Amino acid sequence: MKRRTLLATGAGAALAAAMGMPASAQDKTKVGFIYVGPINDGGWTQHHHHSAMEMVEHFGDAVEFVYQESVPEGPDAERAITQMALGGADIIFTTSFGFMDPTVNVAANFPNVKFEHATGYKQADNVSVYSARFYEGRAIQGTLAGRMTTTNKVGYIASVPIPEVIRGINAAYIHAKKVNPDIEFKIIWIFEWLNPAKEADAAKALIEQGCDVVLQHTDSTAPHQAAREAGGVYTFGQAADMAEFAPMPRISSIIDNWAPYYIDRVQAVMDGTWSSVSTWDGISTGMVGIGEVSDVVPAEWKAEAEAMRDAIAAGTYHPFTGPINKQDGSPWLAEGETASDGDLASMFFYVEGVEGEIPS
Amino acid sequence: MLRLEKRPQPSRGWTYGAPVLAVFLTIVLGMGLFALLGKDPLVAIRTIFWDPIFGPFAHFYRPEIIKKAAPLVLIAVGLSFGFRAGIWNIGAEGQYIIGAICGAAVALAFYPMDARWLIFPLMIAAGVLGGFLWAMIPALLRVRFNTNEILVSLMLVYVADVLIKAFSIGVLRNPEGFGMPGSRNLRQYPSAANLDLIPNSGLHWGSLVALFAVIFAYILFTRHHFGFQVRLAGQSPRAARFAGINANRLVILCLGISGALAGVAGMFQVAGPSGQILGSFPSFYGFTAIIVAFLGRLHPVGILCAGLIMALTYIGGQAAEAQLNLPAAAILTFQGMLLFCLLAVDVLTNYRFRLGQGEAR
Repeated sequence: MKRRTLLATGAGAALAAAMGMPASAQDKTKVGFIYVGPINDGGWTQHHHHSAMEMVEHFGDAVEFVYQESVPEGPDAERAITQMALGGADIIFTTSFGFMDPTVNVAANFPNVKFEHATGYKQADNVSVYSARFYEGRAIQGTLAGRMTTTNKVGYIASVPIPEVIRGINAAYIHAKKVNPDIEFKIIWIFEWLNPAKEADAAKALIEQGCDVVLQHTDSTAPHQAAREAGGVYTFGQAADMAEFAPMPRISSIIDNWAPYYIDRVQAVMDGTWSSVSTWDGISTGMVGIGEVSDVVPAEWKAEAEAMRDAIAAGTYHPFTGPINKQDGSPWLAEGETASDGDLASMFFYVEGVEGEIPS
Repeated sequence: MLRLEKRPQPSRGWTYGAPVLAVFLTIVLGMGLFALLGKDPLVAIRTIFWDPIFGPFAHFYRPEIIKKAAPLVLIAVGLSFGFRAGIWNIGAEGQYIIGAICGAAVALAFYPMDARWLIFPLMIAAGVLGGFLWAMIPALLRVRFNTNEILVSLMLVYVADVLIKAFSIGVLRNPEGFGMPGSRNLRQYPSAANLDLIPNSGLHWGSLVALFAVIFAYILFTRHHFGFQVRLAGQSPRAARFAGINANRLVILCLGISGALAGVAGMFQVAGPSGQILGSFPSFYGFTAIIVAFLGRLHPVGILCAGLIMALTYIGGQAAEAQLNLPAAAILTFQGMLLFCLLAVDVLTNYRFRLGQGEAR
């Protein structure tokens, strides 16, 4: 096994050398993106692509931009990434968690190419990881949800049971509970990130159960449509502002904005200052954007939400500040204690008060 | 006037000529498609069909083609038994998934024990058995209750799909994976890994087994009584009954063989190129293999060629997406045209064009 890996690595390096890699001889910096979905999916991939295009606009002729969409996770991803590296890319962004192992494997064969993997945890000398603290936005949504509901029932369309989604549920619940002690969360898992039909069904089911605020960790606007049809239900934009549903039902949103990061990292490659880092940014750097709180929210509560946004951005408030107990009642954070990034990254439990079980 | 006339017998020449013409037609139509998308059609076709084999990066692409073709050939050879006998297993994808789950589960049960001589053969056995048993569901239901095996096997694909998603976040989840879905990577577990036997050759155990399956099927079809039974049942079910062929036994054998081969293909895939049990593991090999089986005329050697060509369109197609920024949908359309052309051209096997009016009836 060891010998084999060594041989494979050697072959990859030799192959790269034979091809006259990397493309540092050229003036242009070649930037590659590997997407998991189509670039017009209206959600995750579309936002990475938009941000990438902003980066391209920023640099103009100094960069050559290549991308590949709808790359399946697994062996096809490994080939797509290798192909891009062989094609002379200087830096390659792989924008789905499932590209983690393929990215790390390819990176080992191309020590001179920089790799940036979104939402993963495996770093290497030429592999950086980056992700966004979406839970910061969830705290604001939770606060608004707790204020706006009259039935005290909040629906939550959850996607795939991974720490990020669970963090979101917990952050929203904690803050809804804070402003409304009678709050109750109803969670529906759809096990997909984007499926308009399922999302609409989930939204309708939640509304039928009496939820008058529906949060979503899925990418389509279908829940907003369902809420609009039902009337009197509030929703939040996800990944995009989804402003076409404002001021009702959409009352605010979490917006993915990767552009500043992409510009920063490509610049670092140009300057020769790129190094492997683990980035986890939130509202403060703009990676997580908070969409305009619409005017159907009473001014007093709107101000409250905006104050929280500003406090999080300034670093004076952490959404996971103790005392917080786990669902089973065991203590997690003591009074005034804030959660460590390690705890957050691997969070796989509900906080006290959330009902139901995490599917597994 | 041009009209179609049924041939007294299927044309032998067209039986083999049709796939070649279909590939050629697909290329011509594809060039039109790429031209409409504003790309140079010749460059696109060269990128898809020529560069992966003879281009500057061929040493990287060639093994990739073999690795992509291996599961397709393995599954398609299995399907060819049933398809020849008129037994339609449309659910090879499901058997492929279940084979992968079973194979991976065996490996993960032994983790981190160091005993390749024991674990790897057991994984193969589990893959075979998993696929076989999954195929036995439609087989037994058909034999016992005369259900339609097309529907049952197809529906079981969706069940298998849900199962692998559940396993990837449930019992097979990597305990050191920070709560993310997906099992441990079997490629990093030497006792279970199905890596290239010669580095960068694309020849892993799955590729070799696919070759064996081709040879074995060839011998079975040409030399063995079972092959004769399969052909007879397909061409003339009535004659087969008179010849004393047990139709139920044939259903079980044909579905069993295709299930077992699809299952072992899944196991080799999950232990090798894929590495992980993951919700995204299923990648339609089981469905693509149906195209491969027909493109190869249900003949083992034909299937081998068809599998390699199909793999080439995947590898080359993906390269074209990246290098020419073609939309992913264009490549899918291109591959779809291949089956479409084959079906269209196949008319020539059973019919011929005639000029003028037909005789009055």
